[in-house]
Amino acid sequence: MLEINNLHVDIDGKQIINGLTLTVPAGEVHAVMGPNGSGKSTLSYTLAGRDGYEATDGTATLGGADLLGLDPEERAALGLFLAFQYPVEIPGVAGMTFVKTALNAVRTARGEGELSALDFLKLVRAHLKDLGIDEAMLKRPVNAGFSGGEKKRNEVLQMALLEPKFCILDETDSGLDIDALKIVADGVNRMRGPERGMLVITHYQRLLDYIKPDKVHVLAKGRIVKTGGPELALELEEKGYGDVLAGLAA
Amino acid sequence: MSATAETVADVERLNEKYKYGFVTDIEAEYAPKGLSEDTVRFISAKKNEPEWLLEWRLEAYRRWLEMKEPDWGKLRYPPIDYEDAYYYSAPKSNENAPESLDDVDPELLRTYEKLGIPLREQEMLAGVKNIAVDVVFDSVSVATTFKKKLAEAGVIFSSISEAIQEHPELIRKYMGAVVPRDDNYFAALNSAVFTDGSFVYIPKGVKCPMELSTYFRINAENTGQFERTLIIAEEGSYVSYLEGCTAPMRDENQLHAAVVELVTHADAEIKYSTVQNWYPGDENGVGGIYNFVTKRALCAGDRSKVSWTQVETGSAITWKYPSCILQGDDSQGEFYSVAIANNMQQADTGTKMIHMGKRTRSRIISKGISAGKAQNSYRGLVKMLPTAEKARNYTQCDSLLIGDQCGAHTFPYIESQNRSARVEHEATTSKISEDQLFYCRQRGIGEEEAVALVVNGFCREVLQQLPMEFAVEAQKLVSISLEGSVG
Repeated sequence: MLEINNLHVDIDGKQIINGLTLTVPAGEVHAVMGPNGSGKSTLSYTLAGRDGYEATDGTATLGGADLLGLDPEERAALGLFLAFQYPVEIPGVAGMTFVKTALNAVRTARGEGELSALDFLKLVRAHLKDLGIDEAMLKRPVNAGFSGGEKKRNEVLQMALLEPKFCILDETDSGLDIDALKIVADGVNRMRGPERGMLVITHYQRLLDYIKPDKVHVLAKGRIVKTGGPELALELEEKGYGDVLAGLAA
Repeated sequence: MSATAETVADVERLNEKYKYGFVTDIEAEYAPKGLSEDTVRFISAKKNEPEWLLEWRLEAYRRWLEMKEPDWGKLRYPPIDYEDAYYYSAPKSNENAPESLDDVDPELLRTYEKLGIPLREQEMLAGVKNIAVDVVFDSVSVATTFKKKLAEAGVIFSSISEAIQEHPELIRKYMGAVVPRDDNYFAALNSAVFTDGSFVYIPKGVKCPMELSTYFRINAENTGQFERTLIIAEEGSYVSYLEGCTAPMRDENQLHAAVVELVTHADAEIKYSTVQNWYPGDENGVGGIYNFVTKRALCAGDRSKVSWTQVETGSAITWKYPSCILQGDDSQGEFYSVAIANNMQQADTGTKMIHMGKRTRSRIISKGISAGKAQNSYRGLVKMLPTAEKARNYTQCDSLLIGDQCGAHTFPYIESQNRSARVEHEATTSKISEDQLFYCRQRGIGEEEAVALVVNGFCREVLQQLPMEFAVEAQKLVSISLEGSVG
């Protein structure tokens, strides 16, 4: 599914990702954990194709298709979804307009054609109901004045609507209290399936109590330095990143 | 691809950008080229005008000769040669004014079909739009729809030429009452050579039963359009009026100098909306309309209200400040503006709110968007006269920049001569946010569509002031105007 091989990324001349290799097969959820400054956000931005986050070396493919040469919207059309750590406010653009524009753009790119207004509304309402979100949220401008919990729920709603093949969750737990975290995790867990892969990027183990990963990778200094099962996350929580980093230095 | 095929493809692509750029091949009658007293006499005679109006025009012309073209706008353009233009062009087939639409040249009807302006009343009725339309082609009005239905309500909606014949007393009373003929250089020019435009009269207590709309089209080459519009709302009446404008793509610059006067009596309200989409010129600044417009409302009566909403996307040069004189106590003026300047366009636009009456209120919301190498200025005056007890103004000017070669400027002037009056001004300038664009694109929305979405959001406060029928079209227009502004 997602295959990253020897990825290198420079930001303003500084090497942030430094030979990262990682494979997430379809149907699996992998967690990437790492201390601040280890390159977690750079990894998610590079995979999603943000301007200024270009790979200098290595490859990244999704379902065999090369990601790195594509525009962000082309990657989205291939089925890549990034749930943002800090979802962006778009004043004046109603949530409903935004998700409709996005869904139709992705459907058009996939050759599925736009949905009629009625079919779209039915689909949105079904997802809102599943996720327990009030339709009023979509009448407000995108993320404008939203609480942290509302923003993350909006991300999960979009994820459900766009039916991506692969989801990257970038520090989805940041800014959430425990109740909001459960709701968001529940939404993410509904998306798990044999055809879909997920990469959960997080600093804390807490999120992984609710989204159980198949594998845990430790990211440090721009590379995966350790891989293990869910127990690795617990170990990190208990001992901190110090041991792993110390092992690196040695 | 062969060179010819390439050219054809290029032209087609250009046409898509400005889809109103076609020319109608129609026989026209012109005034002799250039501007003189004879030109003024020619126009007046063509319109069969009364002697007083000819004198009024001639006086305006003489004053214009002594005036100087204003140079305080943040606009740069080569000197305009007023002798090298036609001041009157009328479709020949229109010489004997058509009695009904059946008599209108089919070529003209096709032009409006192409522009998406329905003129046949049955077509309009079949659709959802409930709008009466006056259509001005170059120098003359070619058709006004729904006149009968409006007349039943006592509403007069006709071309100004017709009103001069049919309602001379109203014209004589109001023409020049709000914008004096020597108000400024372009108003004086217009007063001398104005050709057509719309006239609206709403009697006391009448709420106009439908939206009124005028559609202005410049077609002929080397021809200026000088229209004049006059709207009078008697006590307790209401009307919503919309004007739209397009022109063919031509390499030379064409002059458009209009005057619009609005008068509201006690408790009356006029809502005036403009979607200005004159040809803006090409990416290199060749061609395009020079748009110099004087628009002013007199809120004469107590509790009267005028609301200007404008979406300015076209023209190479825009010089335009729709204003309100708030004379009646408790009268209100509003100005909602979206001005988009892309490529080499230059816009200098804003408003004047002159508070005279007690407790008068005004609200200014201006959204300026600059892209390409364009320059976009907001210029506004809020003036509180000594009589403006407890008057209030709120102004908000937001500028959005796309790319790093364009400019946004704000020139707010505030003069307060009354200590109980309050003036608030807020202004922001921002670049289109890379975060927002990336967020949209990550969701699958292409870059140009993302820009259009974000910009439409930025303009929303203004766009939602437009009559519903036009709001959707205005949104599309915003997107089209910004094509090619990124990447």
